[in-house]
Amino acid sequence: MNIPEDLKYTKEHEWIKLLENDEAIVGITDFAQSSLGDITFVEVPEVGDEFDAEGTFGVVESVKAASDLYMPIDAEVLAVNEELEDSPEKVNQSAFGEGWIVKIKIKDPGQLDGLLDAVGYAEVAKD
Amino acid sequence: MSKPRRTPLYDFNVAHGGRMVDFAGWEMPVQFKSIVEEHKATRAAAGLFDVSHMGEAIVEGPQATEFLDFVLTNHIAPMERGRVLYSLMCNEAGGVVDDLLVYRKAEDSYLLCLNAANVAKDVAWLQERAADFEAVVTDVSDDYGLIALQGPKAFEVLAKVTEADLDSLHYYWFVEGEVCGAKCIISRTGYTGEKGVELFVSPSDAERVAETLLEVGEAEGLALAGLGARDSLRLEAGYSLYGHEIDDVVGPVAAKLMWTVKLKKDDFVGKAAIEKAKAAGPEKRIVFFKTGSRRIVRADAEVLANGEKVGHVVSGTFSPELNEAIGSALVDSDAAKADLSVDIRGKAMPLFAAKIPFLPLNPQA
Repeated sequence: MNIPEDLKYTKEHEWIKLLENDEAIVGITDFAQSSLGDITFVEVPEVGDEFDAEGTFGVVESVKAASDLYMPIDAEVLAVNEELEDSPEKVNQSAFGEGWIVKIKIKDPGQLDGLLDAVGYAEVAKD
Repeated sequence: MSKPRRTPLYDFNVAHGGRMVDFAGWEMPVQFKSIVEEHKATRAAAGLFDVSHMGEAIVEGPQATEFLDFVLTNHIAPMERGRVLYSLMCNEAGGVVDDLLVYRKAEDSYLLCLNAANVAKDVAWLQERAADFEAVVTDVSDDYGLIALQGPKAFEVLAKVTEADLDSLHYYWFVEGEVCGAKCIISRTGYTGEKGVELFVSPSDAERVAETLLEVGEAEGLALAGLGARDSLRLEAGYSLYGHEIDDVVGPVAAKLMWTVKLKKDDFVGKAAIEKAKAAGPEKRIVFFKTGSRRIVRADAEVLANGEKVGHVVSGTFSPELNEAIGSALVDSDAAKADLSVDIRGKAMPLFAAKIPFLPLNPQA
């Protein structure tokens, strides 16, 4: 199971990668995409939308199931991965890379401490 | 719930990476690598499916034919030996007890292939009604593993491991022969819309047959496929699935399966109710739809027309061939031609009436 050490995670299988200036990108983990199977649709929010931590910001649908996306942290959406509209399978192919879902502005960096690190997430993703 | 049962191919499925789920009381692979890839491989080359969860029953005796013509909707008497026939088994109200395949093995001997979830119900139903006939019904589900080999390359793959005359094996006929050295029934049938066979094998031979087919099929592009692909393949082909398009209430008139019902034959269970439904028109009917969207409309979603609820979705999946979500719904007959939509998480999504099969298919080729 691929769980990069430089990311933070939620129990609901999102990852968040910190960039500069309190910006970050968010996606779902390799474990999540593998559990869902073939992803056929990703509903993304609008740029400018604001979410509280644990708020639902979108949906990932696979042939088997629909799964809500939860924002790891209080945030405003700066950009969405528009490639996913035509190629949602990128989430399967590259969950931590080209399959990213949103770019956000973090409102309260202090909340990052409440997220899981790779070791903590590995426990959650044990099946 | 009792512990799910395992098919003779359980170890094979697990060894090949099958993601096992509980389906109709059986531990079955929903997928191996990818439902979409398995689906595409079956349409482009060939797919190999474990469908050993399906049940089998033998019906035999001097009045086996009369009995089956009484409990089934299709016409059994004209079947030649070696023939396969799709039929419904209806209840008195014209609903469906099960849909099944009938194999005429001899003048007085038939094999039935039944839906896994319905085997116990079907056998009890049949045995109860067989009491009035010189016919005996025996559940022989444990005597068979069932392997489906489906796709345009299915016969090329099969020809490598059998001496059976495949050229003369026509659609909805079967032969008894050997595959990979194992005695089996080779049935020119399937549930994918592709050319292919279903192989009834002894449970002790099942793993060897599956392993060999997989090995010799690799060069032809054969892929192991799970129940996920089986469902998307059958829905693209427009085939009904028991518990979805048909059930103990929704019968052949509503489900547009009247081609399996021979109203001209003598009395049979459900005939009067079906005649009545046909004359009056069913209250509800099955419609198939496309969506123009990749977003899957799932079973049980409410179907709306002019803001009113007129029915619900009974099957929904993603069509890898059309690259959009497709499905079927049970709707009020007077709304069947209206502009239908479903509400998905607060968004109205239009449904577009579709003809079946959803794409050109020719399993008889």
